[in-house]
Amino acid sequence: MSRISTCFKDLHLEGRKALIPYITAGDPDPGDTVPLAHAFVKAGADIIELGVPFSDPMADGPVIQRASERALAQHINLPQVLAMVREFRQQDSKTPVVLMGYLNPIEAMGYQVFAQAAAQAGVDGILVVDMPPEEAKALVTEITQFEMDPIFLIAPTTSKERIKIICDIARGYVYYVSLKGVTGAATLDVASVAHNIAQIRNETDLPIGVGFGIKDAESAKTIAGVADAVVVGSAIIQKIEQQMSRRSNMIEEAAALIASMRRAMDAEINKVTS
Amino acid sequence: MSEHTDSRQKQAVPHLTSSFAMSSAKDVLPDANGHFGIYGGRFVAETLMVPLEELRQTYESYRNDPDFIGELDTDLQQYVGRPSPLYFAQRWTQHLGGAQIYLKREDLNHTGAHKVNNTIGQALLAKRMGKTRIIAETGAGQHGVASATVAARLGLECVVYMGAEDIKRQTINVYRMRLLGAEVRAVESGSKTLKDALNEAMRDWVTNVDNTFYIIGTVAGPHPYPAMVRDFQAIIGREARQQCQQQTGRLPDTLVACVGGGSNAIGLFYPFLQDAGVSMVGVEAAGDGLDTGRHAAPLCAGRSGVLHGNRTYLMQDSDGQIIETHSISAGLDYPGVGPEHAWLKDAGRVEYVAITDAEALAAFHDLTKIEGIIPALESSHALAYVTKAAPNMSQDKIIVVNLSGRGDKDIHTVAALEGIRV
Repeated sequence: MSRISTCFKDLHLEGRKALIPYITAGDPDPGDTVPLAHAFVKAGADIIELGVPFSDPMADGPVIQRASERALAQHINLPQVLAMVREFRQQDSKTPVVLMGYLNPIEAMGYQVFAQAAAQAGVDGILVVDMPPEEAKALVTEITQFEMDPIFLIAPTTSKERIKIICDIARGYVYYVSLKGVTGAATLDVASVAHNIAQIRNETDLPIGVGFGIKDAESAKTIAGVADAVVVGSAIIQKIEQQMSRRSNMIEEAAALIASMRRAMDAEINKVTS
Repeated sequence: MSEHTDSRQKQAVPHLTSSFAMSSAKDVLPDANGHFGIYGGRFVAETLMVPLEELRQTYESYRNDPDFIGELDTDLQQYVGRPSPLYFAQRWTQHLGGAQIYLKREDLNHTGAHKVNNTIGQALLAKRMGKTRIIAETGAGQHGVASATVAARLGLECVVYMGAEDIKRQTINVYRMRLLGAEVRAVESGSKTLKDALNEAMRDWVTNVDNTFYIIGTVAGPHPYPAMVRDFQAIIGREARQQCQQQTGRLPDTLVACVGGGSNAIGLFYPFLQDAGVSMVGVEAAGDGLDTGRHAAPLCAGRSGVLHGNRTYLMQDSDGQIIETHSISAGLDYPGVGPEHAWLKDAGRVEYVAITDAEALAAFHDLTKIEGIIPALESSHALAYVTKAAPNMSQDKIIVVNLSGRGDKDIHTVAALEGIRV
């Protein structure tokens, strides 16, 4: 069983939901990424989503665009991102790591070379934002051959037929995009998220994560009430941006946000189960 | 002469109608998923997959619909001013001393370039889909102006995304768009040029997809855009094909067009693809020279990758990051190219070459002085190739070059290069 599946199984037994923070690799400084990831795990994160910076992040809002630009200014490339995962694995053999990014850096490296290197570095899942199932067969073959999970997005616009297609090819978990828009956008419509998650559950037993628009402990708690995992990205990057000049507190402040979400999510579960 | 003109006008509507409808029958590419060989496709985030499929279905249902075709043809004739003439450039032909050169005068269209052929078509689709708002990306501003123009005419809200760098280079077109009632939003991310404007337009579309139609200006982007924009621009080649036969009694030997995203080139080439005797040359922007790295010639000096929803040739570094391009002409300053061009290159059907800023500028002056036509700097790249190729061809050969736009918008750029303040 993959590290991702094991993680969700364990959480399920405990009646808890997964907390998945996203950071862009190399932001604000290449040396920060692995310490941030360790600090997040310590603060209660279950899976780490590591963004691979790209020059043209079409699906991202301004906050993650800036993170990508900061990382690229330091010439972070895919092999360096994998080196960060390798370094993370030296101290953490349990927490799943999912790479999230755009297809072109993977195309440039070559699908097979990438899949082999990612698996060797200790990557568990791959989410390519601009690769829908129709265009995914070749890369998914390589990813699954090296026993990593291909993770796919489901959106509010996704039809019932497409949900089925996506869930057939996806492994690990599916990522429900909570709103029409880019990362870090507007506020959540929890009722519609709950309704759409119920639709997805009709088609799959895969765990369902929800991302886009989760900003704080309160929204994390609400989403944990309906989903299996809560993904938070822009809110963390914003915290990192606020603290960039006072670097001593940056990691602590970002981890504190994760810890507050963890507490809120677990309190919600305890309330429901008791 | 007058008799000839009259008969052409009388024939114009039925000719356009039948040809547009017919084009579906011989379409073998793209395939059902929008692929031209290994290129093209639909590489977007999941949120846009269903809207893109709806757009494809809508387009497929109207492309052979008599009412739609009739409205499109009437607009092209009475609003755009089609057909555009095929003009024999006699003095320039004599000056170069080789092949006979004909100019397809897209510069004479309303708004001054070929771009409007496409925006008219897409805006009619937007109206039929009940969209109240259109968005567009623009580089030189020509597509932005063409989009703002059709939005004004149809009473639709219009937002145009334009790189902050391009806004500085193209102040007149920015003002023109604002006069037409469009909101021009400066894009400050990335390299602040056309590619970033396209990113930002996509972000807008994904957010406002319920009421918004995204008019992409070139034959790139996710399926169905490359095929749809091609079909709307193919009016250029259909007319040129018929005009050349009427005026010279035969088909041309060579077609030449500049290639940024590649819409004017595909528009000219497409109706001739089955004519084995017609050679085709697409002219990219070599900027300071291909060997300097400061250019915008992905087909000549790039490699395959995925950007803006399709797989195609791209300007990229070894890590797969998109690199900044350079061209004197903002309309060619784009790191990708339409996927059908990528396919036509690999298939060997079209030859792709590159022309430097300096060569394009020289051709700009030549055409202006010798023929009294001020060409767009984009089109000047195609003209510059002709100045090299025509003298080596015999006088019975015929070249048709797409004069895709007029140069009024470039007067300030050219003057500044010569140290003149206009």
